[in-house]
This record gives sequence, C-alpha cells and structure tokens, in this order.
Amino acid sequence: MGKTVRFVQGNEACVEGALYAGLNFYAGYPITPSTEIAELLSLKLPQRGGKFIQMEDEIASLCAIIGASLTGCKVMTATSGPGFSLMQEALGYAVMAEIPCVIVDVQRGGPSTGIPTHVSQGDVNQARWGTHGDHAIITLTASNHQDVFAITVEAFNLSETYRTPVILLFDEVVAHMREKLVLPEPGELHTVERLKTAVKEGVDYHPYLPREDGRLPMSDFGGVHRYNVTGLVHDMWGFPSTEPRVVHGLLRHLVDKIENRAHELARFKEFHLDDADIVLISYGSSARSALHLVEERRRRGERLGLLELQTLWPLPADVVRTRCSRARAVVVVEMNMGQLLPSVKLAVERPDRVFLANRIDGVFITPADIHNILRIIQGKGV
Amino acid sequence: MAVKDYLRERFFPHLWCPGCGHGEVLGGLIRAIERLGLRKNDIVMVSGIGCSSRIVGYVDFHTMHTIHGRALAFATGVKLARPELTLIVPMGDGDALAIGGNHFIHAARRNIDITAIVMNNRIYGMTGGQFSPLSGVNVSATTAPFRTIDKSFDIVELSRAAGATFVARSTTYHAQHLSEVIEKAIRHKGFSVVEVLTQCPTYFGRKNRIGDAPEMVKWLKDHTTPVGSKAKQENPELIERGVFVDIEAPEYCEEYGRMVERAMGGRR
Repeated sequence: MGKTVRFVQGNEACVEGALYAGLNFYAGYPITPSTEIAELLSLKLPQRGGKFIQMEDEIASLCAIIGASLTGCKVMTATSGPGFSLMQEALGYAVMAEIPCVIVDVQRGGPSTGIPTHVSQGDVNQARWGTHGDHAIITLTASNHQDVFAITVEAFNLSETYRTPVILLFDEVVAHMREKLVLPEPGELHTVERLKTAVKEGVDYHPYLPREDGRLPMSDFGGVHRYNVTGLVHDMWGFPSTEPRVVHGLLRHLVDKIENRAHELARFKEFHLDDADIVLISYGSSARSALHLVEERRRRGERLGLLELQTLWPLPADVVRTRCSRARAVVVVEMNMGQLLPSVKLAVERPDRVFLANRIDGVFITPADIHNILRIIQGKGV
Repeated sequence: MAVKDYLRERFFPHLWCPGCGHGEVLGGLIRAIERLGLRKNDIVMVSGIGCSSRIVGYVDFHTMHTIHGRALAFATGVKLARPELTLIVPMGDGDALAIGGNHFIHAARRNIDITAIVMNNRIYGMTGGQFSPLSGVNVSATTAPFRTIDKSFDIVELSRAAGATFVARSTTYHAQHLSEVIEKAIRHKGFSVVEVLTQCPTYFGRKNRIGDAPEMVKWLKDHTTPVGSKAKQENPELIERGVFVDIEAPEYCEEYGRMVERAMGGRR
C-alpha cells in the first residue's frame, strides 16, 4: 500500500502529528497564526470520540488541558505570543505539579499585539523564562512539515516520559506555508504511553516519590488512588511543605530531571559540518534560508555548514560546542534580536567568533540577507 | 461511612483561624456527600487560591489545589474528560468573582455539571484583609482605609443571568440548611452555585467592628430571611436565603456526547 501524501500547512502537520501521538483532549482560544490547529481539531477530535473545547481565554485553555491530563488524557493547546503570555502562570503550575501537556506557540511579531500575520522568532526566551521561579523546560521546534509532524510526536513522548509541559515553538512561516507531508504509518514512529503506577488499591501511592530511575508513575483522577495536586511546594504526598529539605529537594528534582538530560533531549540536524569553517546555527523557518545558503555556497566551493537545532531548551550545549570547535566563525541565524545568541556564546570555546544574522522587520529572512551579513563578518562588505 | 472517613485526618489541624466559617462549610459539604452516598473515588474537588481553597487538602477525594481564580477552568477539563465524575469546586469570593469572574460566568453559560461553592466572607483573608468585589460599599479593609466605594456583585443574580441552572444561598448560621442546599446542588445536573455567607472574624469582623465570631454568625441570622418571606417585604435590606434557581437545561458534557455521535455518524 502506498503512503498517504498530503499537501498541507505546517499547522496541519502539527495536528496530524498530535493525533498520531495519541492526542485526545484539546482546549484552545482563537489567535493568529495558530488558529488552524484549533479549527482542524474541532473537526477531527469529535470524529474519533476525542474532546475539543473552545475556552473563554488562553489561561482557561491551558488550565483545562492540565485538568484533563490528570484523568489520563494526552492533551494539547495552541496559541501565539499574546496567548502564550497569558498562559505563563498555568505553565508554571504544570511544571510544579509535573503534569504532562503540550503547548504550541506559533510565533508572530511582538511585543504586545505586534504583527499578528507576520513572522518572528521572538518568543524563544519567553519559552525558557516566561513563568516565574527557577525551573527547567523542554522547548522543541522544526523547519519543515515532515519534521513538524515528527517533533510534535516527540513533544508528546517527552512530556509523558518526564512528566513535564513541552513547548512546541513554531513560527508563522512554517505554520502557514504549504508543502508535502508523508504521513507515517501507525507504529512507524515511536510513541510513548503514560507510565501508570503499579501500586495496588489499598496500598499507599506516593504521587511525588520518584522511582530509582527518577520517573514518577501516575494514577488517573477517578482511579483507585486519591491524592493531592498543588502548585505549592509539596512533599511526596503532594501536600504543601515549607520544610527546607523538601523545598530544596523538589526544586533540584524539577530542574535536574531536565537539565541533567540535555544530551538525551538534544534533537538536531547537521548539514556539511565535517569540514565547515563557517558554521551557521539556526532553527525553525530561519534554518530553511540558512540551509539554502549553505548548499549554494558549497557549490561554489565555500566551506559552510549548518547546525539546525530542534531542541532549543535545554540548549544542547555539548552539541553546539563540538560542532563549532573548528569553525573560524559561528553565525546564529534567527528572526529576533539575538535570543539564542548568548546561550550559543556560552557554549562555544571562542565566543568572540560568534555573530548574529537576523531580521526583525516581520519579513522572512532570506539566503541573501544571511549572505550579506556573512560578507560583512568576513570583512568583504556587501 | 462516618464523617471522619471523608477526611484526611493526618493533615489536621487545619490552617483556618479560630472562629472562621470555612470549617462549617466543610462540615456541611461532607454531610451532604455522606447522605448522597457518593464513592470517594468518584469525587474530584478542585480549588484555586485563598483560605477557602485549602479545603481540598482536608478531604479524601481526588483533589487539585490550582492557581488563583482558575479552579473552574481546571475543573472543566476534568469534567469534560471524565463526565461520570462528580466535580465540586469550593472558592472564595475574590477567587470566584474577581480574578475568576470570567471563568465563573462561562462555566455557568455552558451549564457544565460542576458544583461551585462560593464561600463569601467579603474579604481577602489569606493576604490579610483587603476588600473584595463582594465587600460592598462603606466597608473597612486594609486597602480601603477610607471605606469602600466599590459596589458589590449579587452572586445569585449574576449566576442566574450567566446561565446557572441551580442557584442557592445559605449561611454558616444555618448549618442544616447549608448542608441540604449543597446536597441539592451536587444532585442537580448542570452548573450549580451555592453562595455561603460566612464569617472572617480575623479581618472583616475586626476591621469593621462587628465583633467576634459568635456575633458575626448572629449577624448572619439577623440579616437573612428565607426566600419569598414576609420579613423581606417588610425589610428589603434583609438578604434572602434558599434556592433561587432550579431548572432543567441541556448539560454541556451530555450535549458534547450528542455532538460526537453526529460527528462520527457524519463520517460514515
């Protein structure tokens, strides 16, 4: 049997990936340029007996999926910058209470209402630090529809594995562009199901007592184990505590379970890096222009390479360092004022050789834009 | 089962001040659940932030202590995902109707089968006595040193207008009545609201020189009257208690189920 090939927007690729991963509960609020995700799921979820609800705002949307996740559902919401800002408190709740959920932010120009219909990658740092307090977060992205599908499946897998919210940081160009998507067959991509507790009824279940491997098996609300979930600092029972040992232990657990696994969580693609003396680092739709430029300059004999990051947070620092160790120059290509740039500088051995190639005017960055900036870096002028 | 079988005794003593009315609401709620004969595994209690929200810590159900004002949004997710569960959402007046006002009216509009209990002590207790949207005018609070000029919501009228299909009001003085209306509210299919007038002697009572807890409870007795009573006609200042709305209307999760049937049928 032939594969199912579709010609779709990136938002639809995300929807297909989410359904493939087992999404069965979605709550959302309309906002450009993410709305197609809600529209498609309002059609597709009821058709397969899943749940779709349009909430009164983005705050309520994230709250609703967190509630649904506790009953055992695989859950998602989607939004853009303004809505993502509204979600930050509930995002911190999901971090603190360790509740699996996937949050899609299709980035548009900001700050504030910004340019709703134009592209930007201005939410990279909000994804990392938008919610208050020390915490770690997983943020993934992709530059083409096949990868959007796969990385959406990954988002659900990592969310279930580490009991954490995962942010999918797409952008307007990838979301609205149409290109080919080959739908993987069932079983072709790995999907992770929720780890449920083996503790029997009548035996004490500790919702926040990690196993030896650090994982926390869950028990569905409505099941045989009744426990408390809270955004307060809590003990292994889920009950509020101000005991310094408990506070310290919980914060370390929440951060370490992700930061200590940066290597395992690293998703990235390499293009012509083996002998590259100029390494471009990019992600999302910017990486498409970066790749185009790399391949064009290669044909002219120039040794350019591209490291395309799909995991933005935690930043795969070891990957960045090793891939850039022989480069004369490292150029971070992004559509913001250099949000990933400082983290790249921290990761490499020679931060003085790291440069920024960007656009912040709501216009998609082109290979020519990057090329012009490269010539300036090389002292050749435009 | 005895009342104590519904409590997490290990987490007592509770954190409420002496004389606080929230314990009476907890008592009335537990007795209602006992009479209804509900299984503990079938009950999910979701709260937000504030003194009243801490109620969820003390009950042996599936409990979720969430973020300020958003309890009904979390509860909506739980209920739509598992409609067979009984959802009870205890809230304070500020939690339910200031920061949570939008979620409150939208939950009522959907007529989703959740029981909202608004413990109205007309003050923000946990933060130390600031006025709330239920304080009303001419009230002293730590953020109203010259007394309030903000008018109050009427929770009953707001709920009715927003589409709640069961609306009742009781007080901590009328413990028996309180428990009975909570029982009716939980039994009701659809969004039900129980406003409980309760006392905060620590902040509201002290700032407004009403006296200690017994005097505040006596105030509730003296200033309320059964709905439709003759006393209300003679003295319009009295606050009515009782059941104000009790109507049947399509419930959200049931309607969703019907929509799924249409969606799946349309596909064939």
